[in-house]
This record gives sequence, C-alpha cells and structure tokens, in this order.
Amino acid sequence: MEKIPILRMGDLLLVTIQVDLYDRLAETLESDLVLMIKKTGAQGVLIDISAVSIIDSFMGRIIGNIATMSKIMDAETVVVGMQPAVAITLVELGLPLNGVLSALNVERGMELLKGKIALKGASFEDDEDGYPE
Amino acid sequence: MKNQSIKVLQGKKKHVLETWMKFQLSDESLREDLMSNEELRIQSEELLDAFLTNLKDDTIDDPKSSAFEAVVDILSGISISRAKQGFTPRETGIYIFSLKDALLNILQQEIKDPQELYVQSLKINKLIDSFGVVTFETFIKGREEVILRQTDEISEISTPVIRVWDGILALPIIGTLDSSRTQVVMESLLQEIVETGSSIAILDISGVPAVDSLVAQHLIKTVSATRLMGAECIISGIRPEIAQTVVHLGIDLSQVITKSSLASALRAAFQMLQLTVVKKQRVQSITE
Repeated sequence: MEKIPILRMGDLLLVTIQVDLYDRLAETLESDLVLMIKKTGAQGVLIDISAVSIIDSFMGRIIGNIATMSKIMDAETVVVGMQPAVAITLVELGLPLNGVLSALNVERGMELLKGKIALKGASFEDDEDGYPE
Repeated sequence: MKNQSIKVLQGKKKHVLETWMKFQLSDESLREDLMSNEELRIQSEELLDAFLTNLKDDTIDDPKSSAFEAVVDILSGISISRAKQGFTPRETGIYIFSLKDALLNILQQEIKDPQELYVQSLKINKLIDSFGVVTFETFIKGREEVILRQTDEISEISTPVIRVWDGILALPIIGTLDSSRTQVVMESLLQEIVETGSSIAILDISGVPAVDSLVAQHLIKTVSATRLMGAECIISGIRPEIAQTVVHLGIDLSQVITKSSLASALRAAFQMLQLTVVKKQRVQSITE
C-alpha cells in the first residue's frame, strides 16, 4: 500500500505530499503523523502540499484535523506551498483553515516554525523576555 | 409588364441620387465633422446602386427576399461604422429615410395617375421602412459591441497587481466588486504572490463605491485565500462611509488587518517586514 513518508529533522517532522491525495491515503497520513509526533516528541510539523493540485472538502478537513491534533499534542503545524487554485477552492468550500499556519514555501515555513518553537521554549525558560534573540 | 415605379426609378438613378444628396445636405443635423460630403456621396451612391439593381418586379413587395441581401449588407456596414464613429441614431435614421423622400419625390414627378402613385408610394414606403428597421437593429448592435468591448477592457485594466516593495504587493480595486471580479482579483493576486514570493498583500478599496455584505464577504474570501497561501493581507482605503456601513450591517472584519489609507497600510507592512524608512539628510548628518 502507498504511504506518505514522514521525515524527521531534529525537532521537526517533514511531510511532503508528492501525489494527489485520495481519502484512504489521507486517513493513513493522519494516524501515522499523530503516532510519529508521539514517538519523536516533535515540536513542529511542516506539510508541503505544493504538488497537490486537487483538493476537496474531505481533504481540507483532514489537513485541518492534522493541525488541530498536532496542536493539542504540543506541535505547531505549518502548511506550505499551497497552489492558488487550491487556496481558492478551500475558501469557496468554506474551509479557510483558521487554526493552521501557512507559508509560501518550505524555507519560509521552516523559519516560521523555528520562530514559533523558539518563542515557546523561551516563554518557559525566561518569563521576562519572550524573545530569545 | 415591368412595374412602373421600377422603370421610372431605374431610369432616373442620377436624378434620385442628386435629390437624395440635396435632402441630406440640407438637413440641419448633417455632421460634416464626422464624414465629408464626398464620402457621404460615395456611400450613398453605392447603396442606391445596390438598391436599384435589385429592385425587380418580384422583389418590390418582399424586403426580406434574398435579392436585397447585398443592400442589407451595405446598410449594416454603414450602420455599424456610423455607430462606431459616434453618429446619433437620429442622424442614421435621417440618412435612410431621406432616401425615401427622394424616391417618393421622383415618383410624384413622373407618375401622373393618383391611384397608381398611391400604390407605388406605399410599396416604396414599406420597402424603405423595413430597411430602416434593419439599420436600427445593426446600429444598436454596433453600439452594444462597443459597450461589450469596453466592459471587457474595464475588467481587465481594473485589477492590476502592483509590486510596491520587495515582498509587498498592492492591489487597488476600482469599481464594484462582484463575484466574477472577485474571482479575477483573487486569481491574479494569488498568482502574483507565488511568482514574486511576496509575503504581504495590500488590498486598497478606496475605489470601491459601496461595500455591502456581499462585497465584504468577497473581501474576506480573498483575505482567507491569501492567508492560506502563507501571505498576510491588509485591507486599506476604508472610507468613513464604508466603516459606517460595515458596522451597521454587522460585518465582522476583526480577523482582518484594516487601515484607513494605503500609506498607513504600507507602514504596517514595513513594520511586519521589520523595515524602516529613514530621511536621507538625517543619515548623512549622522555619518558626517
């Protein structure tokens, strides 16, 4: 069976979706990713959907679900590289994915995640100054 | 036997043209600024030629007959070109109806029997009237083409995406925002975000005459789509009236960054990108 690889990069998990998602694949990804977060204790998840050209309401919900699940497991999720057509479709479907962070490309997404994680770490260690830099 | 009026008119072609030209030139509404007299003469002669050549016994009662196709073609051409040149419908109408005057004038001179004159006049009247209808139809069609082209042009030129700074795009929206335009706006904005890698987009709505709940919904959609792409969207150019209507309609814009002018939106964008604008003199005085 096809599977979407989940790569570990330090504190982060990297998911690149290279094929058009179908329902079963998306569900597998959802459960795999939650397991992986638990196993690695990852602080952030980066999902690259630049190769996804078709999306429906189910897939939109799965992405939203993944973000919410990661959040309650204390990992931030960033969706990167969404294509304009996909963004328009999601908005028209009434799924603006409010809880999900997004970034234009992997590089920006990585920066965003690192910033978030640093912020979180800093607020635990140093209550006076939220900005570590 | 050949119809009497046909014989008369075909024989007196030159005379008809002269009379027609006289009528046209004597009319007050003649537009010499749009068309010279020579041009008008050539145009009229061509039309009259086609008309008289095709005027036969079997066609005089039937303006829709295929024999008059050439006439209708010439008329349509004249009518459309006149619509584009900016003639009024009245002027175009007078052009074709003065031909009727000329034809009837000649008939009156040539046919002495009142009964026959009445019958022939009626026939010519009917024929020219139906040509008049064709003229108006094509005239209006010509005008509509102009309007359609302008509408297309407006929707094309009214959604330019401007790169105001490295990483900052601005999109001034001018005119009412309906769903088809929102689609164009959204697509061109998102495409430009991908191409330039910009992280901030400013939607300037100072050119939008009124914001109702539908327009607001379209705006919110655009903002959401921009966010999904990973860029931030600022709405600027909120005029006092717009602020009033938005609040009165109970539209929630709290999720959206809004600024009153493009300048303040640009300032906010600079702040987000951690850029500062500094006066040149001050920099010099520090370095000196």
